[in-house]
Order: sequence, then C-alpha cells, then structure tokens
Amino acid sequence: MTKRHGFADRAAAAVGSTAAKATATGAKRLDERRREAADDFAAMETSRDEARRIRLHTLANLDRYLDDFAQAVADAGGRVHWARDADEANEIVVAIAREAAATRAVKSKSMATEEIELNHALAAAEIEVVETDLGEFIIQLAHERPSHIIAPVMHKTRQDIGELFEESLGTEYTDDPELLNASARAHLRRIFLEADIGISGVNFGVAESGSICLVTNEGNGRLTTTAPRVHVAVMGMERLVPSFRDLGVMLDVLARSATGQKLTSYTTVITGPRRHDDPDGPEELHVVVLDNGRSGVLGDSTAEVLACIRCGACLNVCPVYRESGGHAYGTTYPGPIGAVLSPSLLGVGEWGDLAYGSSLCGACLEVCPVRIDLPRMLVELRARYVTDGHADRSLERAIRRYAAAATRPAVFRALLRAGALAGKVPRSQEGWIRSLPFMGAAWTDHRDFPKPDSRPFHRRWKDRA
Amino acid sequence: MSDSTVQLFVTCLVDSLFPAVGESTVRILERQGLTVEFPYDQTCCGQPAFNAGFPEEARAMARHTVDVLHGTQGTIVVPSGSCAQMIIDHAPELLREDPDYAAKANDVGARTRELTMFLVDDLGLGDVGARREGAIAAYHPSCHGLRGLGIRRQPLELLGAVAGLQVTELREADTCCGFGGVFSVEMPDISAAMLTTKLNSVVDSGAGLVVAGDVGCLMHMAGGMRRRGDATSFVHIAELLDGTGE
Repeated sequence: MTKRHGFADRAAAAVGSTAAKATATGAKRLDERRREAADDFAAMETSRDEARRIRLHTLANLDRYLDDFAQAVADAGGRVHWARDADEANEIVVAIAREAAATRAVKSKSMATEEIELNHALAAAEIEVVETDLGEFIIQLAHERPSHIIAPVMHKTRQDIGELFEESLGTEYTDDPELLNASARAHLRRIFLEADIGISGVNFGVAESGSICLVTNEGNGRLTTTAPRVHVAVMGMERLVPSFRDLGVMLDVLARSATGQKLTSYTTVITGPRRHDDPDGPEELHVVVLDNGRSGVLGDSTAEVLACIRCGACLNVCPVYRESGGHAYGTTYPGPIGAVLSPSLLGVGEWGDLAYGSSLCGACLEVCPVRIDLPRMLVELRARYVTDGHADRSLERAIRRYAAAATRPAVFRALLRAGALAGKVPRSQEGWIRSLPFMGAAWTDHRDFPKPDSRPFHRRWKDRA
Repeated sequence: MSDSTVQLFVTCLVDSLFPAVGESTVRILERQGLTVEFPYDQTCCGQPAFNAGFPEEARAMARHTVDVLHGTQGTIVVPSGSCAQMIIDHAPELLREDPDYAAKANDVGARTRELTMFLVDDLGLGDVGARREGAIAAYHPSCHGLRGLGIRRQPLELLGAVAGLQVTELREADTCCGFGGVFSVEMPDISAAMLTTKLNSVVDSGAGLVVAGDVGCLMHMAGGMRRRGDATSFVHIAELLDGTGE
C-alpha cells in the first residue's frame, strides 16, 4: 500500500462534499472575473512584469525598506512593533489592548491575524473580538477557519449561511444574500460604536511614507480603522512597496487578479493616527511587523513566494483547490500558494506533503499577478521533503529502481521485454488492466491501466531495420 | 544530411505502452521526406524522478538522455509536450552546474521539439494530408505542452486540416485532467476527482474522439472513461495525423 499523506487523506475526505462543490463554483466565478478584467486591461501583462519587478526588488532590499517604513511610521506619529513569531505578535497586540484599557475589539479581514490566531489570544486575555468583514464574521459565527484567502466562506452555500444566521443571530431564515448582508450589517453597526480597538491587516505598507494600504469591498475596513480609539495593523514583514508610484502598479494587478475589479470599492491609505485638524480617526496607530518564519525563507530557494500579494487567483484557477476546497490544506493559506508557503514557513517535515498536492499543471503560474513560479518551488519542496527523509517509501523505491534501469540501456530494454511478456497475460478486458497490486492499486482504484504492449517500440524499430 | 535527418525520442510511455504512436510519428516524418533515426540506447528523460522530488536520480537520467542524443544530427522530435519540456527546460537546469554536461544539455535542449511544434513551426506545415471521416474530435491541451512550451495553435491547426474531421471544443479545455505523473498515485482521490470533471466535459462535448499530444494524459482519461463503460476513443495526435482513412 502506498503511504497516505495528510493532505491526500484530507482531500480524499473532502472530494464531492457540498463544501468542495461550493468551492468549485465560487472559484470558477472569481477566475472568470479575473480573466475578463485582465482581457479588458491592455496594460495587464506589462503591469504584471512591473509588479513582479517591484516585489522582487523590495524583497532583495527588505532590510532597508523596513527601516524606511518604520522611520516613516514613527515620523507620522505611529508606533512600530517587531514580532519574531506568532506568540510575540499576539503578546504585543494584547499588551496594546490592555494599555488602552480595551475590552472590545473589532477586526477587519486579515490573513496575518489568521496566521497567528490572534482571536484565540484575545479571547484568552478576555478581550471580546468581533470580525466585521462579512465572510470573516460568518467564519467566526461558525467557529471555522477561512477556506480562501480573499473569500473566506467560499466553501459555504447561501443556505448554509442562512441556517447559521438563524441559529446564532436569531434572525428569520433567509438565503437571500441582500437580507443576510443587511442582518450582519445591523448586528455589526452597534458593535463598531462600542469597540475600543480596531485591528486590521495590511495589504501594502509604503516605505517612503509609512502609509498602510487596505483594499476592501465592504467599508468595514474604514470603520475598523477610524471609529475605535486605537488602531492596530498586523503586517507580514514582506508586504512593503517602496513608493506610492509602486503602490499604484500593485493595486492595478491586485484588484483585477483577486475579484476582477479595476479597483476595489474601498482602497484606504492610512498615514499615522489622527492629526490635530482631522475630524476623526484613532488616537493611536500601532503597526505590528510579523516575521513568523519569513526571514528564514528570504535567503531560501523559495524566497520568491514572499512576493505574493494575496490575491487568491492561483486558488481560483487550481483544479486541486477546486476539487478539495481550502480546508483540506489544513493551514492558514490554502491552494498552490499555501502548498509552497506553508512548508516554507512552518517546516517541510510537517507540511511538505502539501507540495505533492499538485499535478504541476502550471495554471497558478499562468495567472499569478507577480508571476511567482509556484510549480518550480513545489518541485523544490518535494526534493527537500525527500532529502529530509520524509518520502513515501514505495515511491522512493520505485523511482530509484526506475532510475537505475533508465541509466542502463540494456537493463531498460530487458524491462521493456519483461513488461511485454507480462502484457501477454490476459487480465480482464483486452488491452487494459482492471486491478494492479501495490502502488498500482492507487491507479486502478479509479481507472483502468493500459497493458504493456507485446511489441515495445524498441523491438518494432529493430524488426523494421 | 543534417537538414533532412531527425532524431526520434519516443518517450518511455510510448515505448512500452503505446508503440503505435511512435510508428505513426515515424511515418508522418518520413512522408515529409525526412530521414528518421532512433538512438537505440534512449530510455526515459527523467521527468518522473524530477517531478517526484528526486533531482539526483533525475540528473542521472538526464545525463544519460544527453549522452544518447548529443552526438546525433538534426532536430530531436518528441511525441510528448511533457517529455519535450523536460529535455528543453529542466535537463539544462538540472545540469547547469555540471561542467561536463551543461553545454551538451543546452545543445540537446535547443535541438528538441515537440512533434506538432516541429511540424507547424519548423516545417511550416498546417496540413499533413491526413483524413478521418465522420468523427467529431475534441482536443485536450496537455498542461506541460500548453503552459511549458506554449503549444496551443499548432495542434489545432493540424487537426483543422484533417479531411473529414469535425473539431469541437471541450468546456474548460485548459484544465488539467488530473494525471500529473506521480500525482495520480500519490494523490489518487483528488486526481480522480479532476478526472471526473474532465470526463464530464468530454461527455458533454459530444466528441467521440479525444485527441492530445501526450500519452500520459490520454491513458489517464481513457482509463477513467473505460471504467465508466464509455466507448469514447482517446488517440494521440500522431495517430490521427498518420491516418489516411476510417
């Protein structure tokens, strides 16, 4: 029997489920929108090249841009905190909340805070936290994790959400998205006004000005970052661009790749806390810069993965993601980007099997706005998984034996002859085998396998001469 | 003469499982007045090892392939986008640091073409004089050929010129069939789910014949379709282009 990896098991369990079907529908819809938006934008390809150049340049000079950014945030009246890992980041946020005597927090959508599981840390510190992005709000009510980077509830149907709202909010059942939206909005409005602290992520930090840019479609990001007294932004340390000009390029490709929009409904740029003449805004702005494994990846062969701008386009186009859904990946970041990011950040030993969760079809590379070569890195991570001794033993044996034969032509031809002989043994229908032993069973559990030809090409060539 | 001599790299899957595809390839090339040579010591390009995460084994196989092909004359023609891409892109990458092989691997890679690329781009052929009466065919663009080598237009052009053949399109044709080499046995359930989606699109297309440029994808789709008890045929484009009747 072949060893079943973690992802293989989880994906097998998810295949065909309502969640996987909802995921496939949602992913296809977003992928079509991306395609249309890209087709409508004459400068899409050159903007992608430019976006890639900007991101790789930033990563290559990240120490400098982080210094610039931190200085500029301070100059604008904000505070920068450096967090080495998830625990440190959570401690920092909890300490900020305590110092502000905050008991209630609102959050806008942030994958970085998902990554560090900030909500658990806040709850443990007895700080009530409410997600205000509709998708994240639903996830919080359902006690689940997002299944997609930008559409956290892609795995849920309208009916699922209607039932959830009926149960947890006590509203009358409906699966009308408008009505569901309205009840979430009514529920959240009051919570916004009572919140002491607003927590957001950061789509891009602008090094030259210390600004943070948030890209949203719901307006909750603006309320989260302006209504409460204190704003805490949690930013992955790689998410900088050098300048505003660069930010423009990134926004051009981000919105189109993510949702097929030219620009999202709200593109918010925040520089420092409220100034004396500002009518509103928080009294304090804190930016928590999160490492959590990133600096280790920077010097690595998968460093390019840090160029990711979290658009989710690679998830939408990925047939593996579509069939399995995001939860099968088991970590914060699903899909092809997650299959590279998770083993890179969290360790190949535990998460390297995710790298095998790809047919290497290359669709992810084709759509990535910054042209991250995910297929190349998936292969590299597989090699690291093998080198570190985690390989599937039967696969390892098969590959080693095949390589030994393929580097000895006489042995290879003997193998062909042996196959040809075996192919002569009648097994079920002509030309095809219904059941194979060992590793082959993984094939014939689902499909017939062709019988080896009784006259391989080598033989035919010789006969012809 | 090097201009009229080509080398056939037949691939291990064609060699062992679908040798008729190799014979069709030879006939198509010979009809163009080319002399086809078959370097007899060829084995496997090394792609299974490369994709599975065994670069050392892949390197050994790539070295062997380079050894076999390096001293030969003319274009190296491969009836597979996937194996062609291995020889064109990955073998030179794998052997970049090897002083004895880097230059040879680059040379071999630069001389290598997938079959339809060779026919259309190098020979300037759109029509190879094939005939296939009364069939509705759909083309499945195999991923490595499509995205790795940019093969899209060439096979469609060749198929469009096959006399008597009606060509239709698969829904979401560019989506992988779920083969992926080792993926099909390492992640069998998800691979099979992808296969189901692909086969549903084949059934809905009304095509009685699915054509592709890689026998790996073809045997995956055909093996799945047989399990359904469906009689749709799956053929390599070389077999179709070699056809003079039916």
